[in-house]
Amino acid sequence: MTTTTVDSHTADDAHEDHGPPKGIRRWLFSTNHKDIGTMYLIFSLTMFFIGGAMAMYIRAELAIPGLQFRHPEFFNSMTTMHALIMVFGAVMPAFVGLANWMIPLQIGAPDMALPRMNNWSFWILPVAFGILLSTLFMPGGAPAGGWTMYPPLILQTGDAFPFLIFAVHLMGLSSIMGAINVVVTIINMRAPDMTLLKMPMFTWTWLITAYLLIAVMPVLAGAVTMLLTDQFFGTSFFLAAGGGDPVMFQHIFWFFGHPEVYIMILPAFGVVSEIIPTFSRKKLFGHDSMVYAASSIAFLSFIVWAHHMFTVGMPLTGQLFFMFATMLIAVPTGVKVFNWVATMWRGAMTFETPMLFSLAFVFLFTIGGFSGLMLAIAPADVQYHDTYFVVAHFHYVLVPGSVFAIMAGAYYWLPKWTGYYYNETLGKIHFWMSTIFVNVTFFPQHFLGLAGMPRRIPDYSVQFADFNFISSIGAFGFGLSQLIFVLVLLTAKKGVEADDRVWEGAHGLEWTVPSPAPWHTFTTPPKNRIAAEAFE
Amino acid sequence: MATHTDEHYYVPHGSHWPAVGSLGLLFMMVGVSAWLNGAEPGFYIMLAGMAVIVFMITGWFREVIIESQSGIYNEQVDRSFRQGMFWFIFSEVMFFAAFFGALFYARNMSIPWLGGDSNNFFTNLILWQGYESTWPSNGPANMGGDYDAMPPMGLPLINTALLLTSSITVTIAHHALIAGKRAQLAVFLAATFILGFIFIGLQAYEYVHAYQDLNLKLTSGIYGSTFFMLTGFHGLHVTIGAIMLTIIFLRVLKGHFTAENHFAFEAVAWYWHFVDVVWIGLYVFVYWL
Amino acid sequence: MIRKAFLSVLGLLAAGAANADWALNMPKGVTELSKETYDLHMMVFWWCVAIGIVVFGVMIYSLFAHRKSKGVEPAKFSHSTFAEVTWTAIPCVILLIMAVPAAETMIKAEDSRNSDISIVITGYQWKWHYRYQDEDIAFYSTLARPSLEARLPDSGVDVFSVENYLLEVDNPVVVPKGAKVRLLLTSNDVIHSWWVPELAIKKDAVPGIVNETWFQAEEVGTYRGQCTELCGKDHGYMPVVVEVVEPDAYQAWVDTRQDGDTKFASAQQ
Ligand code: HEA
Ligand code: HEA
Ligand code: CUA
Ligand SMILES: [Cu+2]
Repeated sequence: MTTTTVDSHTADDAHEDHGPPKGIRRWLFSTNHKDIGTMYLIFSLTMFFIGGAMAMYIRAELAIPGLQFRHPEFFNSMTTMHALIMVFGAVMPAFVGLANWMIPLQIGAPDMALPRMNNWSFWILPVAFGILLSTLFMPGGAPAGGWTMYPPLILQTGDAFPFLIFAVHLMGLSSIMGAINVVVTIINMRAPDMTLLKMPMFTWTWLITAYLLIAVMPVLAGAVTMLLTDQFFGTSFFLAAGGGDPVMFQHIFWFFGHPEVYIMILPAFGVVSEIIPTFSRKKLFGHDSMVYAASSIAFLSFIVWAHHMFTVGMPLTGQLFFMFATMLIAVPTGVKVFNWVATMWRGAMTFETPMLFSLAFVFLFTIGGFSGLMLAIAPADVQYHDTYFVVAHFHYVLVPGSVFAIMAGAYYWLPKWTGYYYNETLGKIHFWMSTIFVNVTFFPQHFLGLAGMPRRIPDYSVQFADFNFISSIGAFGFGLSQLIFVLVLLTAKKGVEADDRVWEGAHGLEWTVPSPAPWHTFTTPPKNRIAAEAFE
Repeated sequence: MATHTDEHYYVPHGSHWPAVGSLGLLFMMVGVSAWLNGAEPGFYIMLAGMAVIVFMITGWFREVIIESQSGIYNEQVDRSFRQGMFWFIFSEVMFFAAFFGALFYARNMSIPWLGGDSNNFFTNLILWQGYESTWPSNGPANMGGDYDAMPPMGLPLINTALLLTSSITVTIAHHALIAGKRAQLAVFLAATFILGFIFIGLQAYEYVHAYQDLNLKLTSGIYGSTFFMLTGFHGLHVTIGAIMLTIIFLRVLKGHFTAENHFAFEAVAWYWHFVDVVWIGLYVFVYWL
Repeated sequence: MIRKAFLSVLGLLAAGAANADWALNMPKGVTELSKETYDLHMMVFWWCVAIGIVVFGVMIYSLFAHRKSKGVEPAKFSHSTFAEVTWTAIPCVILLIMAVPAAETMIKAEDSRNSDISIVITGYQWKWHYRYQDEDIAFYSTLARPSLEARLPDSGVDVFSVENYLLEVDNPVVVPKGAKVRLLLTSNDVIHSWWVPELAIKKDAVPGIVNETWFQAEEVGTYRGQCTELCGKDHGYMPVVVEVVEPDAYQAWVDTRQDGDTKFASAQQ
């Protein structure tokens, strides 16, 4: 392998030999997919901590009944901002960061297809979130109408309102440009032998995710634009008196919102599909059916949106249609779960940190999927809707789902990024603490919801006290555990030097370049390496 | 250099334009938000932001044009640009889809429901007694007062003809470009953007007519909302398209583009077809049916 | 505050363990529909448990049996059409088994014909207004005083000492047992949602739109719920209380309500 890796350097012509520029220019003006990937990842981690701090406020307020801190409106702001920051600031940029780093390496491309636009996609984000966070200090407070921004309530937001709308526009702009870049890179920049069906799973799921993004982010932009004109220019989109309908916003929002949740899970599927084969030392089971399953999930995600709206008063036929369509999603998702299990079956497994996170992902995501299926049963959803049962559902798919997959990916590729193995002991402690506490946090929320605790309330009846207390303890534990991850990152360059392959069972082009991956890789396409990298 | 161009994908080494663009967006968004909140200076901050963005776009495109002219883009780079443009246009289509969705929802759902259809018998009985659903409608509360709908014949029909013609002229220009007929190219390209600007002029005239003679306003209930938002965003896109056509025209005059290498020309042509297609949707669903 | 929290929670845990009345599951409720909903919920739940046992069982087994430390050689297979078709087909069948009863219940829930009483419910920030369509009764229903006073951060009141904290109102809705009650929901400002778990109905109150739903309670009792759609600052403080009484008690209530009380209630705001 080492002999084949050097050629990508010697073949470089002189002007590409110089290293990265020094100082701020390297980052602010960067067109390098690795640097931009790093920036995305750091940004995402920062947002995870800010959004997490808000979650800590929420859990502290809810730890015991009675109002503990500030007025209820501030609690609502925290809920709203927590969700917006976690969804758009932490999870999505984290996956874009992984995509930036790994997709060109996985397909043997010299960089992303449109490097300058790549830079812009990133640098819009600090602007967007700077604007969003600044609303915390505005008259009337930060937006408090929930991350779903339903009118008419959201129109009661104070000065923060237009800032919220334009922040969402900017996030959308960034995502769309990022997604276009991913699509074009994957379609146009693959090394000559890298046919579509040879493509690694992470790249595949990202391709599908990128299509979803391009299709739905503009719809969100349209929806919030209508909010803006209803507020400031007297339109009646969401006003029944003028012939509109407040529920129309919900339809448009969830037409975006439901695909959005798969945007947050498909790349996670991809990451896990890379890691499980590596540590099982066995090829991914059913590569092609994984591709079809992911595509089916993406397709179905466009026709299930109204399962968030079973209580708004839809006609019966609508309810039935959306119930059936939603249930169907369990089938392709099941295929994925079964394929992962079959990949492990009769493998030779070891349990390094990335594998541990992936295993927890499979277990806990499936539990979240089960509660999703229960929610899909429309008559039962009448009971579940807007209770903590829903909160439990989506945190199971998002935290031990998406976030764990991001963690798994970070541990898995960290040696490739830094050139050193991270501290395995710290990693394992991080894993076990996270896994225990995430369940302590979110499992009791199922009971709370079933017992009748609505979501988005700062105070509750005393019958809900026990489980809320347990959940809050879990949340603080989970939050503190994340500090271990920071420790892992800070000590990342203190470990043993990693070789190119990093993991014994790893396969794929990304493992044929040196560790750490040089600033430029694959400036000439890796012609014959793909065949050599194939398993058999 | 030249020998490398076929083999190597051109990766630019750093660019300050995106950062300038982000700065422009920051000023623009903060400015417009402050302005909407009633803070007068916001307007000027917004203008400053827009100026920065225009500066950024000019600078960025200038750089790309220079690179393109110097021949460092190989075929693969060209394909990247094309695919990028294609998906950008697709995202624009989805943006319009949101507003078309609102239109369909209002016409087929909310308006009939307010009139008592489906499971909304009591909506009509209790809240909006006497309201009968029709389209166009400004809702049961007669928002914005009585108005007249925009008739499909007359101006809108002329506008349709103008845009369709311009789609043909731009195609002719494209063929001329491939065939190397520079004069024909220039003439037909000029015809295209002139038609575009006439369209915009007529659209502006139509708006004045709507506001002054028909009492049809943005505030005229859901009909006014969908009418002005759809035609407005379309008009904005026509304006952008026409400006881009003009720039392409100037580049043609400068001798840019060859039969093989004319991505920018095609991108603008695609964009132009896109605004054309949206218009046809508009004409059918907003003006006609 | 922390100490107070800790002590009260410890006390509660002890009490909870003693009489084991932790609500872990959805209430069965007091209407035919709520029982059907409960059964549906349990049916889907047990299916999920069963699938979970199989999937997790296989996975856990292989985690123990197929580890490298045991010196196993990894198998080479990576595909099996038979297996893949099977695990696509079986879930489809299971879903079908769930879908049929779900659809039946759904259809029943939407059938609000032949009701005995109709009540128009209007949501306000942050209270409910009830109007009995056929009687001359209309009143607002707001959070009861004791909760209202206890809820503030520095009220000095231990919320555990307040009976039905946050779930008590000044004017409950009263309905007769066994009657089919049709609810017509709308709102005066933002979207609210009217929910009583024991009756298994939750319906949004949307401004400008009237939504219909219904229930038919089979047991006398007081049933509590809350607004479940975020409606602003005091979203957590607009409970719903329904009192189901014997038909003659209902008639008596109607009679007292109709002379004068209505005016008092609606004059409250
Ligand atoms: C990553 C994000 C993510 C993912 C992957 C999912 C996955 C699913 N979700 Fe979830 N969902 C959210 C994020 C997500 N959701 C969020 C954020 C909300 C709330 C938004 C808000 O209101 O703020 C929400 C809310 C939500 C609702 C609305 C609840 C309500 O408000 O009343 C519903 C209802 O149908 C639902 C359903 C589902 C279903 C059926 C799946 C399915 O995709 C799950 C499929 C997976 C499995 C079923 C498990 C594995 C399968 C097998 C082992 C095969 C065999 C299984 C069977 C045959 C049962 N979700
Ligand atoms: C990807 C998305 C994502 C993620 C990762 C999370 C992560 C977490 N979420 Fe959240 N959440 C949402 C998406 C997400 N959430 C959404 C969409 C909603 C709905 C909003 C709405 O209703 O509009 C919601 C709502 C929501 C609620 C309901 C609020 C309400 O209804 O009023 C709660 C309550 O417990 C909660 C808790 C948590 C917790 C404890 C975490 C934890 O996992 C967070 C852990 C992370 C940290 C804690 C940060 C790292 C550590 C530090 C900062 C160190 C310091 C630590 C300590 C001092 C302990 N979230
Ligand atoms: Cu009313 Cu929430
Ligand atoms: Cu959904």
